[in-house]
Amino acid sequence: MADLQKLYDAILNGNFKAAREVTQQALSEGIDPSALVHDTMIPAMNEVGRRYEANEYFVPELLIAARAMKASLELIRPLLAEKGTEPVGRVVIGTVQGDLHDIGKNLVAAMLEGAGFEVVDLGVDVSPEKFVAAAREKNASIVALSALLTTTMHAMKAVVENLNTAGLHGKVKIIIGGAPVTQKYADEIGADGYSSNANAAVALARKLLAA
Amino acid sequence: MHPLIEKLLSASPVVTDGALGTQLQALGLPPGEHPDLWNLSHPERVEQVAAAYVAAGSRIILTNTFRSNRIALAGHGGAERVTELNAAGVRLARRAAGTAALVFASMGSSGKMLMSGDVTEEELAIAFGEQAGALAQAGVDAIAIETMTDLDETLIALKASKKTGLPVVVSMVFDSGKEKDRTMMGKTPEQVAAALTEAGADVIGANCGLGIEGYIPVCRRLKQSTPLPIWIKPNAGLPAMVDGHITYRTTAGEFAARVPALRGAGADFIGGCCGTTPEFIRSIVAALSKAS
Repeated sequence: MADLQKLYDAILNGNFKAAREVTQQALSEGIDPSALVHDTMIPAMNEVGRRYEANEYFVPELLIAARAMKASLELIRPLLAEKGTEPVGRVVIGTVQGDLHDIGKNLVAAMLEGAGFEVVDLGVDVSPEKFVAAAREKNASIVALSALLTTTMHAMKAVVENLNTAGLHGKVKIIIGGAPVTQKYADEIGADGYSSNANAAVALARKLLAA
Repeated sequence: MHPLIEKLLSASPVVTDGALGTQLQALGLPPGEHPDLWNLSHPERVEQVAAAYVAAGSRIILTNTFRSNRIALAGHGGAERVTELNAAGVRLARRAAGTAALVFASMGSSGKMLMSGDVTEEELAIAFGEQAGALAQAGVDAIAIETMTDLDETLIALKASKKTGLPVVVSMVFDSGKEKDRTMMGKTPEQVAAALTEAGADVIGANCGLGIEGYIPVCRRLKQSTPLPIWIKPNAGLPAMVDGHITYRTTAGEFAARVPALRGAGADFIGGCCGTTPEFIRSIVAALSKAS
């Protein structure tokens, strides 16, 4: 029997090899892939998030845990797709026009993937038009915008406006983040949510989709 | 201690400069434009900012070369312009400094993360070695590696910079964790001080971050963990949006009022980062002369 506690620990400690091994074994024994995700893997990522919030984990621990989660999910996804199980949600993510910073954006993408979201990463310096096109094409439930610079955060407003004009906002929730960004700014430009870090972004995305 | 640092500290504390980036924005640097490219396109404005700091009493000014490594320049078609941009940055700072101030070369991060595999150690070593070499060739007095968030990347930059034989200042950002006293990757001031001292830095410190208040305890902890001099350049608080404009909320007076406490916590080099201006430097100089 596959040791599911070992899978939980592997994700918590960021051991992607062990995560993959136990997942492989569990699947070959015929365990329900959806149960594996919901009963073991997501709780492990939740514990990672709790430790991050409690100051016990930092960015490196988040990253390696998300990597282990991803390694495991890569084995499970095809099976879920076969069964017609939809991902938790589809996120189109990118750093806004004029801004080439990708560390924060990559962290959020990794954490969202780790939480079971399907993530479409548009990269850096993404125009408002490109965000709209991707949101429509991918049937996204969330558009996530990143900016590191005080000088480029204004581009977020343009993305919100373009999504409004395209009639997509509402169907698509917009979340924003990055060093100079605040909740107040999110409110000002009409974004649906703001998160100060990659872990809280996952909770925010879940909350918005549940609403 | 490096003779140059020793000489500087014979009249301690040493007031350094304030922000370059936010000052260049005030002079019209557009959103998203790489500030270092202005060394070639708008040299007079870069020199104007540097000269204002010298006039305000900075004994050290930094070059406008923070992101002039080939990795950070890659998106700006500038990888092959590393030598040219760094040389121009040094030339402008030197002209502004004259004999009144020393010129320290600013080096910053690659903007890529080592542990997620976006960049390799070898690529970083090459990029930092190339930039440090170009800066040394152009004739700077020292190198200041600043605004670093990842200790591993920082150690690679330090090693590459030390090969020039110049004194090297290494300054990291402490703004994470519950107490806002850790680097982005979770290192404490004690861990950072131990690693950088061991690796041969000449001066260590903290810059950018959340503002001067939080850097007083960080400064004290760095000081207690190393025999090296301490370099502190905080932001003017966190930026806020006021009437659609980005504003830093700490005033020069408020900042300067905390400078004696920073000095008391062991800061040997004091200046400012994002949002600080020549007025801040004048206020720091005044606050320190009053306190002594």
